[in-house]
Amino acid sequence: MSNTDKQVVLEAKGISKHFPGVIANNNVDLALHKGEILALLGENGAGKSTLMNILYGLYHPTEGEIWIKGQHVQLQSPRDAIAHGIGMVHQHFQLVPVMTVAENVILGAEVTTFAGRIDMRQAVREVSELSHKYGLAVDPNAVIEDLPVGIQQRVEIIKALYRKADILILDEPTAVLTPQEANELFQIMRELTKQGVSIIFITHKLKEVLAVADQIAVLRRGEMVGSTLPSEATEASLAEMMVGRNVILQVDKSEAHPGAAILQVEDAHVLDDRKTSVVKGVSFEVRAGEVLGVAGVQGNGQRELVEALTGLRPLTQGRFIIDGHDATRYTPRQITDLDVAHIPEDREKHGLVMAYPIEDNTILNQYYETPYSSGVIVNRKAIENHALKLVEEFDVRTPSVTVAASTLSGGNKQKLIVAREFSKPVKLLIAAQPTRGIDVGSIEFIHQQIIKQRDRGVAVLLVSAELDEIMSLSDRIVVMFGGRIMATLPIAEATREKLGLLMAGSHG
Amino acid sequence: MAMQATEQEVRGTFGERLAGFWRAASVPLMAILLAALIGAIILIISGANPIDAYAALFRGSFSNARAIGRTLEKATPLILAGLAVAFAFKGGLFNIGGQGQLLIGAIVAAALGFGLNGLPFIIHMPIALLGGALAGAFYASIAGALKAFTGAHEVITTIMLNFVAINITDFLSNGPWKDTGIVARTPAILETAAIPKWDSIPLGFFIAAAVAIIIWYLLFRTTLGFEIRTVGLNPNAAKYAGIRVARITILTMAISGLLAGMGGSIETLGVVGRFQPGFNIGLGFDGITIALLARTHPLGVIPAAILLGAMQAGSSQMQFDAKVSFEIIDVIQALILFFVSAEMIVRWILRIRGEGDGGVRLSSGWGQG
Repeated sequence: MSNTDKQVVLEAKGISKHFPGVIANNNVDLALHKGEILALLGENGAGKSTLMNILYGLYHPTEGEIWIKGQHVQLQSPRDAIAHGIGMVHQHFQLVPVMTVAENVILGAEVTTFAGRIDMRQAVREVSELSHKYGLAVDPNAVIEDLPVGIQQRVEIIKALYRKADILILDEPTAVLTPQEANELFQIMRELTKQGVSIIFITHKLKEVLAVADQIAVLRRGEMVGSTLPSEATEASLAEMMVGRNVILQVDKSEAHPGAAILQVEDAHVLDDRKTSVVKGVSFEVRAGEVLGVAGVQGNGQRELVEALTGLRPLTQGRFIIDGHDATRYTPRQITDLDVAHIPEDREKHGLVMAYPIEDNTILNQYYETPYSSGVIVNRKAIENHALKLVEEFDVRTPSVTVAASTLSGGNKQKLIVAREFSKPVKLLIAAQPTRGIDVGSIEFIHQQIIKQRDRGVAVLLVSAELDEIMSLSDRIVVMFGGRIMATLPIAEATREKLGLLMAGSHG
Repeated sequence: MAMQATEQEVRGTFGERLAGFWRAASVPLMAILLAALIGAIILIISGANPIDAYAALFRGSFSNARAIGRTLEKATPLILAGLAVAFAFKGGLFNIGGQGQLLIGAIVAAALGFGLNGLPFIIHMPIALLGGALAGAFYASIAGALKAFTGAHEVITTIMLNFVAINITDFLSNGPWKDTGIVARTPAILETAAIPKWDSIPLGFFIAAAVAIIIWYLLFRTTLGFEIRTVGLNPNAAKYAGIRVARITILTMAISGLLAGMGGSIETLGVVGRFQPGFNIGLGFDGITIALLARTHPLGVIPAAILLGAMQAGSSQMQFDAKVSFEIIDVIQALILFFVSAEMIVRWILRIRGEGDGGVRLSSGWGQG
């Protein structure tokens, strides 16, 4: 290993963490060297979060020791971790939207004048200095809610640096970023390490690991299964370490045989929640037996378009036809009854009722149909059998179908939704970000299921911010930018570069 | 927060059922125990013997058929008021207007009870009972419609409608529907509208208990119940699933008001015999305590209401035998409410493990539309 000459700033020795019935971490060793980016890879439920929560003082290990800069420490709380120079940027930002950058940064660690007033000038100055020093480019006086997600993330990093952190834990930092923003983050991470900050970078995106990490550690089922260097690893080798078996990264699919048009969208206009026009005259069609991919950076009208096509949001102009029916004014129920399956973008907000047991979630939009009910009285036995069948068929990992959906991991939640949507006749599948934030194994499985539906003659509309996903699943691609379709390309003509330019609004 | 119970009545093996029952019942039971202990301390401070006092309370509520009859009579409107609140909770609504809906139900039942002549019991009593219940349903659906169409929060609108109901009933019982004489009250209901007693046991209690079972069935075994609970737990997912959220919101409120209104009806037809302002005060609010004590489970409402009914029925015996002011009952009742709503305190005191799945989701928060 090339980094052994550098000082070890953080070391976990033989960490185990037992929860009732679960061993989340088993004898895990981890060493972070000064000025290095250590990528921690692992599927959902592999124990990454548990390990990080131990390092951040939120959990206490059942066994094992933590050493920081050569000193054996007991972290009783995040306060202790911060005192030892550990900073954490959570996946969900901990910012107050209506306050400014500087106010958020000093929150909980305020500088006060002699009289006890907050010294905002001093705060603004310090935030400016930090931002300048590490090349973060953040205006201290900007209000958080006006800032794009990428900048909000930088504020979180400044918050940690302001508290004198020199060990940063970034929990899935790119999950919320556009490809461009992710690249900017990587530059910032490199700048930070140049100046002596050490970073633990949690992710399951293999490309990113190879692009930015100095060291790679892989967790699987609570155990450290290996560490490697980016120069010695490939996406395939990392995926295999993560999942424990050979993973097919490229979806294996044959030529599409498109049939009749199932979804026809004509000049659709849609408003967002703030009543601003975000879909401005979009037309396209999806034919039976093909996957139409909608590429685009998030926030270019894709979400509102999907909501309009599933009846959740009205069109202000234009119309759409599903399987010969003008569905423009249809309710969600009427659209479902046209054999439309919908994998929603936000699985916890729309896709599942978290407090419901798994079995009730499997009938969320079929509960009124036989055999699950007579229309009035529900048939618990039929629902249970249905759930047991789906859990088996779609490999949803759960001890039983009566536990709450909230107990499932992200990948299993998504598999549950996919199982439900595919458990009835489907003519049109509308899938929005179907694999966002889930593990490689589940992604692979869901991709296979989508292609399987296509091969059965289902028309698939796939909306995704992941270019790789769009490129590997689609037969044709449309690129959305600013609420309009920039171009329609057959897959043979689509390259990453061409799509990237179109996604950025350039006609290439 | 992830503080949500698995939204399901307990099923599975006997062992699982027992474990599930204990998980659900431990906090309410401990809350009652803690409230009684603190009540005892207050009794000692005020110079009374808590054992004597509690013994008298028990004698006054359960020792003989008459005492039991009194307890059940007190429990009857409490079951319905508690069901009204619990049912609304299941649909994600906090109905504080049980009191108003109950008053409207009580006065309409009285009007039908004294106003309709020449009907046999088998027709007159059910008409008066259901008339009051429907009046409560109509009254509550005003708040439901305001919520569904304008987003007005039901906590605010139902509180306001409570005052409207008090004034409407005051006006009616002192104006158009006033009895002869100087007291502001309606005439007595006719014999054919009265809910009879079997010996000292009020039959209204069995009506209320049957309604609780029907509500349990409605919530957990019908598609409508599934829709209501889905809207209550996740309105976004409900919309995604094709459920008409506005319609369910109004319907949930209407059924909640139906239950409260029926509580008022039964009180008029089975106990008071007419409508008189001031006679039903507090019942609607006790419903909140009962719903929380029952952890919003429709069947849990029955024992919770019997407990509060017994405390109210036995309080005068306690005052008489142990020379303790009956206000101590209000204190204990308030302490129970305190401990069931501050469940973390109980868990902390008794070191019951939370597991993050024990909480009950009461209603959608304030800022949400």
